[in-house]
Amino acid sequence: MSEVKLMQGNEACAEGAIAAGVRFFGGYPITPSTEIAEYMAVNLPKVGGTFIQMEDEIAGIGVILGASLAGKKALTATSGPGFSLKQELIGYAAIAEIPAVIVNVQRMGPSTGQPTSPAQADIMQARWGTHGDHPMIALSPWTVREAFDVAVKAVNYAERFRTPVIILMDEVVGHLRERVDLPAAHEIQVYPRRVPDKTKAEGYKAYEPMDDLVPNPANFGTGFRIHCTGLVHDETGFPSGSPSVTEKTIKRLHEKIMRVQEEITHYDEFFMDDAEIAVVAFGGTARTAYAAVETARKSGQKVGMIRMMTIWPFADKVIRDLAKKVRKILVPEMNYGQYVYEVERAAAGQARVVSLPKYNAEVFTPDEIQQAIERLAAEVEK
Amino acid sequence: MKDYESLFRTNRLPHIWCPGCGNGIAMKAIAKAIAKLDLDQDKTVIVSGIGCSSRASGYMDFDTLHTAHGRALPFATGIKLANPDLNVIVITGDGDCMAIGGNHFIHACRRNIDLTVVLFNNNIYGMTGGQASPLTPVDKKATTAPYGTFDRPFNPCDVAKTAGATYIARGTAYHAAPLVDLIAQGIQNKGFSFIETLVQCPTSYGRRNKMGNATAMMKHMSETVIPLTAYNRLSAEEQKTKQPSGVLHTDVFPEYAAEYAKIIKQAGGDK
Amino acid sequence: MQEIRLSGSGGQGLITAGIILAEAAVMEGKQAIQSQSYGPEARGGSSKAEVLIDDRFIYHPKVVNPQIFLAMTQQAMDKYSNDLTSESIIIVDEDLVSHPHGSQHIVKVPITRLSKEKLGRDLFANIIALGLLVKVTGAVSFETIQKAVAKRVPSATVAKNMEALRVGYESV
Repeated sequence: MSEVKLMQGNEACAEGAIAAGVRFFGGYPITPSTEIAEYMAVNLPKVGGTFIQMEDEIAGIGVILGASLAGKKALTATSGPGFSLKQELIGYAAIAEIPAVIVNVQRMGPSTGQPTSPAQADIMQARWGTHGDHPMIALSPWTVREAFDVAVKAVNYAERFRTPVIILMDEVVGHLRERVDLPAAHEIQVYPRRVPDKTKAEGYKAYEPMDDLVPNPANFGTGFRIHCTGLVHDETGFPSGSPSVTEKTIKRLHEKIMRVQEEITHYDEFFMDDAEIAVVAFGGTARTAYAAVETARKSGQKVGMIRMMTIWPFADKVIRDLAKKVRKILVPEMNYGQYVYEVERAAAGQARVVSLPKYNAEVFTPDEIQQAIERLAAEVEK
Repeated sequence: MKDYESLFRTNRLPHIWCPGCGNGIAMKAIAKAIAKLDLDQDKTVIVSGIGCSSRASGYMDFDTLHTAHGRALPFATGIKLANPDLNVIVITGDGDCMAIGGNHFIHACRRNIDLTVVLFNNNIYGMTGGQASPLTPVDKKATTAPYGTFDRPFNPCDVAKTAGATYIARGTAYHAAPLVDLIAQGIQNKGFSFIETLVQCPTSYGRRNKMGNATAMMKHMSETVIPLTAYNRLSAEEQKTKQPSGVLHTDVFPEYAAEYAKIIKQAGGDK
Repeated sequence: MQEIRLSGSGGQGLITAGIILAEAAVMEGKQAIQSQSYGPEARGGSSKAEVLIDDRFIYHPKVVNPQIFLAMTQQAMDKYSNDLTSESIIIVDEDLVSHPHGSQHIVKVPITRLSKEKLGRDLFANIIALGLLVKVTGAVSFETIQKAVAKRVPSATVAKNMEALRVGYESV
């Protein structure tokens, strides 16, 4: 690869997934994610992969979980209404430890909402949408190039941790076309499908965790005859009703991801050196926030910015440290207020956290964020 | 008899459909059928799903319900069971009825619940920009079938028959006048009535498949959709390129809401 | 930074025109963004495409100070003109926009009529508009826009599209 071109966020995401080894896409048309499906329909067969449009959203995730169990790196893409429908099987992927990537190109909701308008209102749903206790990895790109990079990361994390990973795009980045310089193929690190560590004769157990707490269930059809279920199961993969097994399983599912929390927490810092106010933003909003912060700095405001890429697990340490460094934190998001609650929790009262919600189906303007910064700066602290 | 024009929310018009779309003709046929039967406007409910077809409910002056994608039938079932005196008409599309709504479709047929379902079949997912649907014929181009479709489409009337619908008909936007009666008869049937209505989508389906403009597409309907009696006289080979229109199947079977009323009576709840 | 807004009704090809303009800018080594907003109508209604061109990375992805505002229908003219300033240049299809407003700098061209008269169909109106935009903004060279259009249109229609570009370019 390594070429310069104008590309759409959705297309870059699909291209990144293919570069990371995805060879199976199943999904259902839904605005504003459909371009991912259409790109896959054209390009997967070119690399020997399979595209299928399923009869509905639930079938869309079911089919990719099946393909993943049979050895293919797999991805599906949707938006709000479909993301809601997919929740049961996202939980299935979590407990059965099936690598899969689910792209949610967020649009205005709830329900049918405004299909062609942007929002970032599925933040909490990405974490808690499926029932029961489960960890979640969710990443949010802010540029078209990053849509490519995040797709690669998401696929790699799904494989490395044997977990569903959500890409939280928003319609802004998903439908944006901008200049990208894509990396060359040899520059892209691809995490391979994990394989069993022993043979059946040597006592292989499909769900026996390795040192990183992640098991290596064998691909179907490779001679291991494993059993996969959404019931709570022990290391053999078979259902277990034992309280101690249940407790161990739930704990391990969380710990396999939380033990690498800092490693997988990706973010950028801008203008933070002597900042007294910090803007914490992600996705399309972060672009506008950057423009606002840059302008505010020029007019003398001591304001900086944290641009989050990893939405879940929440960046506890980053925000905890931030709250000790600055006095005020502004959280602009295209919703009624969701991510801000986590920021508030992690800040633990060390800094004043202010929500800047926008929920009229339009993106922020740099002015809106800049004015909020000025209002916050002018606030007299008690 | 009421003038069918009075059955529209004229302040919500003009509609959003493209010039040349067949949806307007199908929607008007429903209004004319309602007018012909002189249904009580306050006792008639129109339920739709999501898609170009399903925007129709917003333009019609009744109690109207624009549900989530694929879910018109469960909602409609609830309305009918809660108040069996209501006339419940469902407007749906390819994907809404036969893809995501497929499971609801076969069960509504199985229950033989007194709904009248008009499927606006334009052989494509129009609203989302032209993806293939379960009713897209083989060897057609769609945005999710860039190399051509190869999986066979449903024949929705066959599915409805196997699943238990007691009135099944097919009409087209070209044959607009008989369509009114097909729908009216469906409404009169006390059971699950299904009218597949072929409509042209020149923008997302026709253009990509070089089928010409709306007029050309309707002309194609006039040539390939023929009355059932004529269809039955064709050889098996000839039948492959045609579809039968008119009333295709009727049956008699207890209707779900009426049967449940008996249960209520049996349980003593009707006093 | 150049901030250009193209607007009209669904089906007029303005989003495509915006994409081609952004692609041309990238061909010349610049940073470019194209974004759009539209409603449920595939035909009719109103839609807009926005193109931002700069030498450095562009953060905010929408037009803030529209320098150039192309309107191909009165409905789009009315809907997307709230943020025009006295510096904005308005370009309208003079037959479809009877009442341009928001700025004193108004350029009127019978874009759709030219498409029908010079190229036989109104289908090329968006490419004529593109040629016109390139002349007015100087955002990219004429040679580059020709290359960008040629890359995007079906090969059988390249000649006509090149003619459309020229018609637009020479109309002001």
